[in-house]
Amino acid sequence: MRYAAQRLIQAVPVFAATTFLIYAMVFALPGDPILALAGDKPVPEEVLDALRERYHLNDPLLVQYGIYMLGLFQGDLGETFTGQQVSELLAGRWGVTAQLALTAWIFELVVGVALGVIAALRRGGAVDTAVLAGTTFVIAVPVFVVGYGAQILLGVNLGLFPTAGVEHGWPVSYLLPGMVLGSFSLAYVARLTRTSLAENLRADYVRTAVAKGMRRRRVIGRHALRNSLIPVVTFLGVDFGNLMAGAVVTEGIFNLPGIGQQVFQSIQLQEGPVVVGIVTVLVMIFLAANLVVDLLYGVLDPRIRRA
Amino acid sequence: MTDLQADLQTGAALRAATGAEPGPAGSLWGDAWREMRGRAVFWLSTLTLAIAVAMAAFPGLFARFGPNERCDLRLFNRGPGDGAIFGYDQQGCDYWSQVVHGARASILIGIAVTVFALLISVVLGLLAGYYGGWLDAVIGRLTDVFFGIPFVLGATVILVAFPDHGIWAMTLVLVVLGWTTMTRLMRGQVIAVRQMDYVTAARMLGAGDLRIMLKHILPNAIAPVVVLATLNVGNVIAGEATLDFLGVGLQYPEVSWGLQLNAARAFYTTHPHLLIFPAVFLTATVLSFLLLGDVVRDALDPKLR
Repeated sequence: MRYAAQRLIQAVPVFAATTFLIYAMVFALPGDPILALAGDKPVPEEVLDALRERYHLNDPLLVQYGIYMLGLFQGDLGETFTGQQVSELLAGRWGVTAQLALTAWIFELVVGVALGVIAALRRGGAVDTAVLAGTTFVIAVPVFVVGYGAQILLGVNLGLFPTAGVEHGWPVSYLLPGMVLGSFSLAYVARLTRTSLAENLRADYVRTAVAKGMRRRRVIGRHALRNSLIPVVTFLGVDFGNLMAGAVVTEGIFNLPGIGQQVFQSIQLQEGPVVVGIVTVLVMIFLAANLVVDLLYGVLDPRIRRA
Repeated sequence: MTDLQADLQTGAALRAATGAEPGPAGSLWGDAWREMRGRAVFWLSTLTLAIAVAMAAFPGLFARFGPNERCDLRLFNRGPGDGAIFGYDQQGCDYWSQVVHGARASILIGIAVTVFALLISVVLGLLAGYYGGWLDAVIGRLTDVFFGIPFVLGATVILVAFPDHGIWAMTLVLVVLGWTTMTRLMRGQVIAVRQMDYVTAARMLGAGDLRIMLKHILPNAIAPVVVLATLNVGNVIAGEATLDFLGVGLQYPEVSWGLQLNAARAFYTTHPHLLIFPAVFLTATVLSFLLLGDVVRDALDPKLR
């Protein structure tokens, strides 16, 4: 309990400072957004004043930030200067991004751990070498290159997967984008599992288990693997937030109507305030996810709590 | 930041390995060099990087034309052939020349960001780790804040807020978002080394704080941070290209691999050469930095072998 409280108290300034940094940056956006709304036409001073009043633009930065945060905690994500609610813009998009992130997450969990275990059990063998080389390669190729490559080869040329859109529903439409989004983390999961398991296989308690005649399968499954998976679980937890954030690129490539695609489109259309509004929300989800993982980590590994 | 766990583990392992070795300070790097020069991967990645750096420094040696020069719209998207080994891009520019000129942005940003981030992390890590107390607490919280910002999203916000940016502004943004992991590692290293007997001995002999930090702690603490920095160059290059690709990074008329890949988006199904060539160059560069970092880590940490 003390650990949880401590962690929560630590998270508050980080949370506040991060969101404030982003908010201050919007404040620094060049140009007068209200004047830009009017275009070339002259606007009466009263209208301008009314609009500035409505969006609290006359208040100092700190007050504006306070109002925004207050609204945020009441579920109000603010509105763009064209009067559209950010939450409205995002309605219906959350599901797509969550499904995509979930597909990627399951992919990296299942395939990543499996590859890591096989590599660790046959260290120095052909599979191990292949896993090491393959993961290095996957880490080195930028996600958007993987995305286009997979789209051309597996989608267009071989026709194994739908190439874009979501009309086939979950999971069919999400398989290829999910694999692309998860590929980077998959490489990390595989390597982490391999290193961790290989280290634990040399530990004294494993030798003891073998020495007392326990079957190999049981030694690995019950003892070594269970201990090895602690860092992997932590990584997978933090990564869910990363996947939500990383979806910007993948959704752009595969034309999935999620949060990321909205960001991608808004960047292309140069709608600064919309981008920042959405990104602020995403960053906060990311921070909250990290906090939850930290708390869970304390539950998983008692040594962390007492440290 | 995803590799924090692995890096911290590496740091701990390296610390154990380097701390346990009784030899003189120079021998760690000497051993590492002997170990590295016997490995094919080391030479292969060094060769690739030498070519990439040469392209960045003297593009005139490789390219036929200058950046965005002698473009002929009638040759729009034409594939390889007729003296243009990489074909032409959507402006009708010689694609080989364009790809060669694209090296400069990636290499320059990758190295500059890493050097600046390394400097920041060495200074902050030394101060936080050596003095501890409130200074450590302030630096620690500051690191937490910047560590909490996800890379692509954070960079997007900053770059959208300041739309007129060239290579150096990009460098600044990437440094701001990229110094935290190295600083944390450096701090941990300094704390471990600070308790060594030779540091106590130096203090007994009347050495000042600055001298202890620079002459005794720094050389013994920096090895894992250097490994991380080498790996970091590759990550920065990939990150920069991603931002260019998203459309928030460098803008035309700058020339970079990320921008070329961005431009290729509309045509890649019919003109795959637009996608393939910059992708191959980008991947080869990033891969070489990652492999080099792996080799250096293996060489500095005999325990992992």
